[in-house]
Amino acid sequence: MRAYTPKDDVQAKPYYTDRFYVAPQVPKQDVESDELFAADLAAIKAKFEVLEAYIQVEQMVVYINAKDNYGVLELLRDELEYTQLSEMSAIDWLAKNNQFEIFYQMLSMGKRKRIRIKCFIDKDEAVNSVEKLFRSADWSEREMYDMFGVKVNNHPFMKRILMPYDWEGFPLLKTYPLEGDEFAQWYEVDKIYGKEARDIIGAEIRDTARVDRYDSERFGRLGHEVPKGTKITGNEPKTPLAYQEEGGVFMIDRFDEEKSVIITDRDR
Amino acid sequence: MAQHKVNYTQNAGLPVALTTIDKVVNWGRSNSLWALTYGLACCGIEMMASGASRYDFDRYGTIFRASPRQADVMVVAGTLTKKHAEFIKRLYDQMTEPRWVISMGSCANTGGMFNTYATVQGVDRIIPVDLYLPGCAPRPETLQYGVMLLQKKIRSEKAIKNQKAKRLM
Repeated sequence: MRAYTPKDDVQAKPYYTDRFYVAPQVPKQDVESDELFAADLAAIKAKFEVLEAYIQVEQMVVYINAKDNYGVLELLRDELEYTQLSEMSAIDWLAKNNQFEIFYQMLSMGKRKRIRIKCFIDKDEAVNSVEKLFRSADWSEREMYDMFGVKVNNHPFMKRILMPYDWEGFPLLKTYPLEGDEFAQWYEVDKIYGKEARDIIGAEIRDTARVDRYDSERFGRLGHEVPKGTKITGNEPKTPLAYQEEGGVFMIDRFDEEKSVIITDRDR
Repeated sequence: MAQHKVNYTQNAGLPVALTTIDKVVNWGRSNSLWALTYGLACCGIEMMASGASRYDFDRYGTIFRASPRQADVMVVAGTLTKKHAEFIKRLYDQMTEPRWVISMGSCANTGGMFNTYATVQGVDRIIPVDLYLPGCAPRPETLQYGVMLLQKKIRSEKAIKNQKAKRLM
């Protein structure tokens, strides 16, 4: 994570946004305020240790120990009617306490309730796979590994899902630069042409809006095109729209801009 | 002997057109530009629209082919991800010479709005590009104009000269 800089002049620079802004928490309610959730929580507490539980935005959030994740999700699926795993992934808290937060978003169609199961793991710790319980966890766990480097035990195919297999680095970590580290920036060049081609192909130009009107090798001024490599003086003659060369084209009628008609009536 | 009675010598000439080899070869090449379908993102929709009946690419002789071995021009329409970069190189290498590349839209030109770790910042980092079409996404008219400019470029090339194969490096 990048170093924190004081933001005393936020008002003076309204365009500035803090990328690591932490939104204020929505108010939490006691689990006892909802009968169904209270019963669910009691059922979990009977078998597993619950670190914290509350209701937020009509959903119950339950913190458990990471080693219990398979058991808790099995209990939820088989006994408490939470039959769907809508979503699961990790949250990068490495800068804060060197931990990942793993969440499992559960949905019960019967009860019309959602529960979020959360647990913390250390940086190099692995979690148990829940793929045997929910098929949707198959790709989610692979994505979690792909993006955060969180390893999953007992997964049938623990490989990257989105990035190439030979990719290095985990792009959704907060320490990962958006434009990629050195490996990412040279990935395609290294792979296709080899490292020695870096000098020839050159670094990526990240300013995609860059226009240099004096560079006739790479840029052209519309309506004032010149041959490649011409030195730009600023008074290039106007070049009319020409689909064909001066002498005409063999067997093709010459397009005459003067005689062309612009149709304004779409329904003609 | 033929049964018909066409008078070949009427209008003081035989039905023979005299031209140069360059012109006739380039005429053939430029008017049968078979394009490789390469819709990678939303630009692909505009490319498909160009091929469909309203804009009708067939009248330029541009017919979309699903195989690089039958294609002359590769229209790179959309965002090229780094994972896909090796495949575009492989498909480009499978196309027969002479071959041309149209880079369609901001993403293919420069990476466009995807200033990220996973996007190739311009397909010209991987393959040599003949024509860059601006737009996000370019209208079918732009692609039509691009194809016409490419035809013009082909007509200006020496057809018979021992052409040096285009390589990025």
